[in-house]
Amino acid sequence: MSEPILELTGLNKSFGPVHVLHDVDFTVRAGEVTALVGDNGAGKSTLVKCVAGIHSMDSGSVSFNGERVGISGPGDAARLGIEVVYQDLALADNLDIVQNMFLGRERGSGWLLDEAAMEQAARETLASLSVRTVKSVRTLVSALSGGQRQTVAIAKSVLWESKVVLLDEPTAALGVAQTRQVLDLVRRLAQQGLGVVLISHNMADVFSVADRISTLYLGRMVADVATRDVTHAQVVELITAGRSGDLGLARPENATV
Amino acid sequence: MESDIHHPVADNPADNPADNPADNPADDLAPEAHGHHRADGAIADFGIDTTAQSTWEAVRDYGSRLRAGDLGSLPAVLGLAALVIVFWVLSEGFMTLDNTANLLAQGAGKMVIAMGLVFVLLLGEIDLSAGTASGVCAAVMAMHYVRAGNLLGGMGTTVFAVFLGGLIAAVGLALLMRIWAGAVLAAVAIAIALSGAAPNPWLEMLLAISVGAAIGVLTGFLVSKIGMPSFVVTLALFITWQGVILQFIGEGGVFGIGTQPVLFSVANGNMSVTGGWVLCAVAVLGYALVVLGEHVSRLNRGLVTSPTPIVLAKVIGVAVVAVPATYALTVNRSTNDSVVIRGVPYVVPIVLVLLVAGTYVLNRTRYGRHVYAVGGNAEAARRAGINVSRVRASVFVVASATAALGAIVYSSKVGSVDPQAGGLNTLLFAVGAAVIGGTSLFGGRGKVFHAVVGGLVLAVVENGLGLLKQPAAVVNIVTGLVLLLAATVDALSRRRAAVGR
Repeated sequence: MSEPILELTGLNKSFGPVHVLHDVDFTVRAGEVTALVGDNGAGKSTLVKCVAGIHSMDSGSVSFNGERVGISGPGDAARLGIEVVYQDLALADNLDIVQNMFLGRERGSGWLLDEAAMEQAARETLASLSVRTVKSVRTLVSALSGGQRQTVAIAKSVLWESKVVLLDEPTAALGVAQTRQVLDLVRRLAQQGLGVVLISHNMADVFSVADRISTLYLGRMVADVATRDVTHAQVVELITAGRSGDLGLARPENATV
Repeated sequence: MESDIHHPVADNPADNPADNPADNPADDLAPEAHGHHRADGAIADFGIDTTAQSTWEAVRDYGSRLRAGDLGSLPAVLGLAALVIVFWVLSEGFMTLDNTANLLAQGAGKMVIAMGLVFVLLLGEIDLSAGTASGVCAAVMAMHYVRAGNLLGGMGTTVFAVFLGGLIAAVGLALLMRIWAGAVLAAVAIAIALSGAAPNPWLEMLLAISVGAAIGVLTGFLVSKIGMPSFVVTLALFITWQGVILQFIGEGGVFGIGTQPVLFSVANGNMSVTGGWVLCAVAVLGYALVVLGEHVSRLNRGLVTSPTPIVLAKVIGVAVVAVPATYALTVNRSTNDSVVIRGVPYVVPIVLVLLVAGTYVLNRTRYGRHVYAVGGNAEAARRAGINVSRVRASVFVVASATAALGAIVYSSKVGSVDPQAGGLNTLLFAVGAAVIGGTSLFGGRGKVFHAVVGGLVLAVVENGLGLLKQPAAVVNIVTGLVLLLAATVDALSRRRAAVGR
């Protein structure tokens, strides 16, 4: 097991009177895929948004590469090398793949963009991820299929020498073959040494790519286990009831919800 | 790179019969099925590095883009050709040298306004006030000339104070929104207004553009910072500016600028014959150098390129249009034996320079990229760290400043500025020109070139029907229907693109 690259300890977050995250500990390791699972409303998205700097944390500490850091805005997260691929992908349909991948971080001077450098870098990134589904890097995003869009969004996130990539439901809208391609891509990200967080409702996806599974239940981190140590049924129990045998919340009568 | 190219050309014939939407009725409504097939079925066969296309592939690609609803300026170009032929046949006077040169000068003002409006339309916004705002600029410019640089005397103390206050507010707001060019231009307008400098045509044109930029800052601030819909803001300002023009000029008044040689020549003067040929050479050779230079450099670096024959065809096409047009415009076109009128009208280089500048900004600069991104997906742009509200405000500055240039051209054409300047249907013609040319009202798609083609279409309609002695009623009805047709094409092509996805 490698050293944690991103470690959250004792994270609390409330929206007004609603306490969304209770003392959450969450660890991401380089070279591993960590699945973040939980039922709707368990706090997955809030956790991701805290990491991405979109929401501020009420309390808790973050360490990155062993050093304590503060994340007070999206800029901080981006500087640390934390990238989030949101469910809606955030691609501009009217721009091509290269333009989307470099959006907001174009190369060249403001008065003359370096298209050649961007195109080459985009192609190298796609090639390094063994993406072979796109015919030309100058294809408009509007002409891409759902899986191809997801691929572009993920490739965009790794273009920036990022260390941690958080993927929010990357396979939710995809067909079987495209899901396979995206999961392969997720695996390759980890092989390249990135810490990958995969948020998913799909247990088949989670079990096929994740090294570890972290389960949120009503805002609490109830389990952080290696995938090989648990069964499908146990994870479903953790998600729905917060405990499964020895795992999860200690005993129902002691748990305060 | 090389090893990743899996004989794209060789793969295609086997792949395409099934993929070609035209061959497969089920796919007809979903041209992007093209991509799906490839993604699911032929993963191993395709590297991502298909950088070169054969000419045939490129032509077929264009065909599939057209079917997918990405029509660009094609309908406008075809429509323009059809209109020219119709009027050529119907009216003896239409295809004369005299009339064509006149037509260019007539249409140029609105065409220039449309070029600026493309920026606003790219964001899916609208600027209804660009017409009357341009009228304000024209009025200030003309007042500076007529009142010998004394704007205070021309406006009266109270109005002048309000005018200055507006300009100062524009500087402040531009600084607040970090639109530096807008702040500088608004400050220039203050300086010219306060200095009471002697009339100078170049200074007056600069004043008009500066006032335009200041107006754009106000519009941009109201839209992007206050968050009102641009339709409402600019509708209100449309009426406001109309009142301001009336205040500046006075009821029934008129500022004559035809006596100022430079201001009069902008739309009525012609370049010397030599100047015309130099312009032609610069335009054709410049275009060839830029296009071919980029093509060769991309080929050498193994980047995505269009096929060489198509690039060559474009360059030759520009030359084939430019050289005979220049020749025709350098022939004496006077209908009177005692006068000689020859040479390329100044409006041609004005429009060309704006076209090149606008195209460069939109395609080659970071700002242009961000304009397209905000128009395509504002949320994506925001997450990419683009200052969306700044981009949104800045397009109004571009549009209003360009509209001021348009005002200089149309005021020069008639030789005076009256309270109706920029009013009536000026704005609607300008928006119409951009839309007819192929710029989408829904944002994200458009080019400055579209404004030029669309402007030509409207100028031909207006001029041709006028020559046929049609009453204004018919001209307006036909123009409206042309615009309606263009908007229909836009909406249908957009729906088609959405279905395809």
